[in-house]
Amino acid sequence: MKPIYILCVRQLKRYVRSPARIIGSLGQPLLFLIALGFGLRAMFARAGGGDYINFLSPGIVSMAILFNAVFSGIEIIWDRQFGFLKETLVAPVSRLQIVLGRMLGGAIVAFAQGLIMFAICLIAGFRIHTSLYLTFAIVFMFLIALLFAGIGTVFGSVLQDMQGFPLIINFIIMPIFFFSNALFSPNGLPRVLALLLRLNPLSYGVDGLRGACSTVFAYGLKMDLAVGVLLTGILLALGSYFFSKIQL
Amino acid sequence: MADMIAVQDLVKNYGDFCAVNHVTFTVPEGKIFGFLGPNGAGKTTTIKMLTTVLDPTSGSIRVNGHDPTREQKAVRKSFGIVFQDPSLDDELTAQENMELHGVLYGVPRAERHKRIDTLVDFVGLGERKKDLVKTYSGGMKRRLEVARALLHTPRILFLDEPTIGLDPQTRNHIWGYIQQLSKEEGVTVFFTTHYMDEADRVAGEAAVIDHGKIVAQGTPSELKERTKCTNLEDAFIALTGHAIREEEGSAVDRMRMMGRAWRGGGRR
Repeated sequence: MKPIYILCVRQLKRYVRSPARIIGSLGQPLLFLIALGFGLRAMFARAGGGDYINFLSPGIVSMAILFNAVFSGIEIIWDRQFGFLKETLVAPVSRLQIVLGRMLGGAIVAFAQGLIMFAICLIAGFRIHTSLYLTFAIVFMFLIALLFAGIGTVFGSVLQDMQGFPLIINFIIMPIFFFSNALFSPNGLPRVLALLLRLNPLSYGVDGLRGACSTVFAYGLKMDLAVGVLLTGILLALGSYFFSKIQL
Repeated sequence: MADMIAVQDLVKNYGDFCAVNHVTFTVPEGKIFGFLGPNGAGKTTTIKMLTTVLDPTSGSIRVNGHDPTREQKAVRKSFGIVFQDPSLDDELTAQENMELHGVLYGVPRAERHKRIDTLVDFVGLGERKKDLVKTYSGGMKRRLEVARALLHTPRILFLDEPTIGLDPQTRNHIWGYIQQLSKEEGVTVFFTTHYMDEADRVAGEAAVIDHGKIVAQGTPSELKERTKCTNLEDAFIALTGHAIREEEGSAVDRMRMMGRAWRGGGRR
């Protein structure tokens, strides 16, 4: 257990020591919140959708978590470049412990960024429904963080250098974000888009988080939880598998 | 004396390219063994296979009596390593780097703290141990890596070009300590270097590898005798020829260059 703990602490230390990173990675979700949130607010209300900031905020929080979690996995490439990866790979601990420490550390960092974004959304006018469901907000935020830390770890383990990085951002992470229910409601969509949303793991996390804050779930709490836990388990296993295959 | 490292018929192929070609050698316990060869000769590839991070194509390896492809944990516990490239976490302090290493290697807390203090002092970084490693010079980083490799009292020390880019003072200091360690505690040392004077001075025995094959093996004086040269550098040239070697850049090398261009040398 100790190796998992110390590797996790390592990532938290690196996070806390890098204010530029903390602030920098809030930039994009903040833009979306302000431009879309305030820009479309009046139209959304006129169409009978209610307050768009309330609808959008869980999506924006998820976005912050999504990107930070994936980056934490891709950090394996940086560690490969700067050599620290070797130090962990020759240590007499199982690869599973190393990768679990990394994924857990990355997930906590992403979760922390999600919390900061959550606070910013509250300032921007996000009104939450105080109920027992609210405890699930933390659960879903952490599930999203773990799930995408797993996906990031798969990419970080498979890629040899940063050349493939834009490919992953533009063809995997961006589509995951846009083809989810983060920005719009899953109801009344063209059939293909609705299907994409249903197949997207992020949708269940966003729906869970949105439901936890508003008590209204599109897919249902049980469904969101079941899919979230199952996929997180699968992706942590995949991340561990690919990481264990790394050779120098 | 038992062999600390025994390599038999070791082969590593990358596609059609044979990086290590039927290499056989042994290193007795307590010896300082120099593994010499031009760029791209197969030195680092061999070290990677000895240290469990790369699987051989064929052949057998024993490190401290264990097989690196199957008994990885036992092998990893037996050695400490200073890699050719830096391997510290720049965003942590020296002490945190050491602490992390100690925990990964299961060094008990009290012993860990004591050894960290002793080793950090020894390599002359006692005053700076609470500073982030990114503020260190190249030589300081190297010294810290040597200290770190020794933290878990390994039986074998692998040094892949440990003194590259260091001034003579630091080189002398480091080798002095390693020789002392070998004499007093019987630690086996396996090193590569391009500085032949260094190899001549410290190696009890040396093997010369070229194009993946071992072309000569023996004590430095035997190598000089065989080639009728007065110094090891001439002997080395006599054995491996004058041609300058092309070494293909690895993916990591290319990325380092890109990273530098991208971020102007900064870490993030």
